[in-house]
Amino acid sequence: MTSGMFELLGFGPQGWGLPLLKAAGVTIAAALCGFLLGSIFGIGGATLKLARPRALRLIGQAYTTVFRGVPEILVVYLFYFGGSVILTTLMNTGGFPGFYSLPSFVIGVLAIGIVSGAYQTEAYRSAYLRLDRGQIEAGTACGMSKLLLLRRIVAPQTLRFALPALGNIWQSALKETSLLSVIGLTELLRQAGTAAGSTRQPLLFYAIAAAVFLVIGRATGAGLNRMESHLAKPWRR
Amino acid sequence: MASASRPAAADNASTVPAIAVDGLHKRYGAIEVLKGIDFRAHEGEVISILGASGSGKSTFLRCLNLLELPSAGRLQIFGEQVDLRQSGDALHIGNRRQVDRLRTQVAMVFQNFCLWSHMTVLENLMEAPIHVQRRGRGEVREEAEAMLRRVGLIDRAKAYPAQLSGGQQQRAAIARALVMKPRGLLFDEPTSALDPELVGEVLKVMRDLAAEGRTMLIVTHEMAFARDVSSRIVFLEQGRIKAEGLPLDLFRGGVNERFDQFISRFNQA
Ligand SMILES: Nc1ncnc2c1ncn2[C@@H]1O[C@H](COP(=O)(O)OP(=O)(O)OP(=O)(O)O)[C@@H](O)[C@H]1O
Ligand SMILES: [Mg+2]
Repeated sequence: MTSGMFELLGFGPQGWGLPLLKAAGVTIAAALCGFLLGSIFGIGGATLKLARPRALRLIGQAYTTVFRGVPEILVVYLFYFGGSVILTTLMNTGGFPGFYSLPSFVIGVLAIGIVSGAYQTEAYRSAYLRLDRGQIEAGTACGMSKLLLLRRIVAPQTLRFALPALGNIWQSALKETSLLSVIGLTELLRQAGTAAGSTRQPLLFYAIAAAVFLVIGRATGAGLNRMESHLAKPWRR
Repeated sequence: MASASRPAAADNASTVPAIAVDGLHKRYGAIEVLKGIDFRAHEGEVISILGASGSGKSTFLRCLNLLELPSAGRLQIFGEQVDLRQSGDALHIGNRRQVDRLRTQVAMVFQNFCLWSHMTVLENLMEAPIHVQRRGRGEVREEAEAMLRRVGLIDRAKAYPAQLSGGQQQRAAIARALVMKPRGLLFDEPTSALDPELVGEVLKVMRDLAAEGRTMLIVTHEMAFARDVSSRIVFLEQGRIKAEGLPLDLFRGGVNERFDQFISRFNQA
C-alpha cells in the first residue's frame, strides 16, 4: 500500500506528482492574474464610487452590487458562454466560419478578476475614506500637484490601510480558482478529480488537493502578514 | 524683546509688500465669511491675527495660499499678482503652477501638525524640497538635518510622527516648512492642539524665527505671545478687520472698544 502510494504520487511515469504540481502552478497563476486584474477593477471601481458625479457613483455601485451578489460560478459560466458567443459572432462576421472560444485560462482570469475587483473596490474605497484630510491638505500647501499627492501620499497610505482586507480577498480568489474546473481548466481540483477517477482513490487525491490549497494559502498569507506588519510600522507608537 | 531686535521693515512703504490683499471676500453659499479685507504684510513683519471663534481667521489665512479660493478680491505674493479668474460669481485658479510655486514660498503650519504619517520625520522634511522644488537630495538632506538640529529633533530624525509628542510633531512641522526656504510663514493656531506643558517649546521656536526677521502671519489665542512677539496685531470680527496696530498700543486698551472687550474676555478666562 505504502509503496503503491509513493508510486501514485511520485514523479515517475505512473505517478501523478508532476501533473498535480503543474495544476498547482495553474491554480496559483490563475489566482494571481485574477487578483491583479481585480486590483485594476478595484481601483477603478473605488474611483467611480468616490467620484462626484452621481452617474459615476451609480455605475460603481451597480458593479459591486452585481458581482458581489451573483454566485461566482454563474459569473464563470456567463463569461464562458458569453465570451464564445461574442467571439464566434465576431469571427463569423469577419469571414471565419466555425465555433470559437477563448482559452479557459483567460475566461477564468477575467471572471476571478471581475469578482475580486468588486470586493477590492470596497477595500480601496474604505481605505481611502480613512485618509487624514489634513495630511492631504498639508501636501497641497507644500505645492504638490494632484498627481504628486496621489503618488506620494494618497496611494501609499491607501494601500497600507487596504492591505488587511486585500489579504482576505486574495485568499478567496485563491479558493475560487477551483470553480474554473467547470470550464475545463486543468487546475488543482480538476487534476485531482482526473487522478481520483483513474486510480479509484478519490479520498487520497482530494485530500492532497485540499492540503495543497492550504499550503499555498498559508504561505502567501504569511507573506502578506509580514508585509502588512512592515507597512503598519509607522502607525505604531 | 524680540520685537525690538527685528528690523523695522513694517513702515518701509517703498518695498514691495510680502503679501497684499485687496477687497478679499469669501462666501460659503449664502454665508459671507470674509466681507472685504484689505491687508498688507511687509517682509520681516510678524503679524498676529486675533479674533473670536468663527470670525474668519482661518479662512483668511487659508485664502492667502489658496487652500480656500476667495470669492472676490486680489492677491499679491511678493510682488507677484496671483492669477485668479472670474467664472460666474466665483474665482478660480488661473495658473496651477504659479500657485504651486507660490505655496512653497508661503509655507503653512497647521493646528494638527499634519505630518505625513507613513514617512519618518526626516522624510517629511525632504519630501517637498525634492519632489516639488526639485532640489538635489544631498543638499536637501543637509538642510533638513540642520533644521532638525535647530528645532531640537535631530535625534528623532528616523522616528515616525506617531512616535512623537504633539510638541515634537509641531516642531517637526515647522522644520518641514522651513526646509522649503519659504519667504513667509503662515501659522494657524499652532499651539491649540497641544497639552499646556508642550506649548512653550513650540512658542520658543516661533520666537526665534520672529527674532530672525522672518515674515510670519500667526493666527493664535496665545495673547501673551501675540503681545510680546508680534510687530503688528490684526483683529478680525465677523469677517472684517476691526482693529489693527502695534501690540503695545492695542493691548494698552482704549484704542478699540471691541478689541478691549475681546481681550477682557480672555483675561477672565
Ligand atoms: N467649508 C465651510 N463651509 C461653510 N462654512 C464654513 C466653512 N469653513 C468655515 N465656515 C464658517 O466660516 C466662519 C469662519 O470660520 P473660520 O474657521 O475662518 O473661523 P476662525 O476665526 O478660524 O475660528 P476658530 O477660532 O474657531 O478657528 C465660521 O462661521 C464657519 O462656520
Ligand atoms: Mg480657525
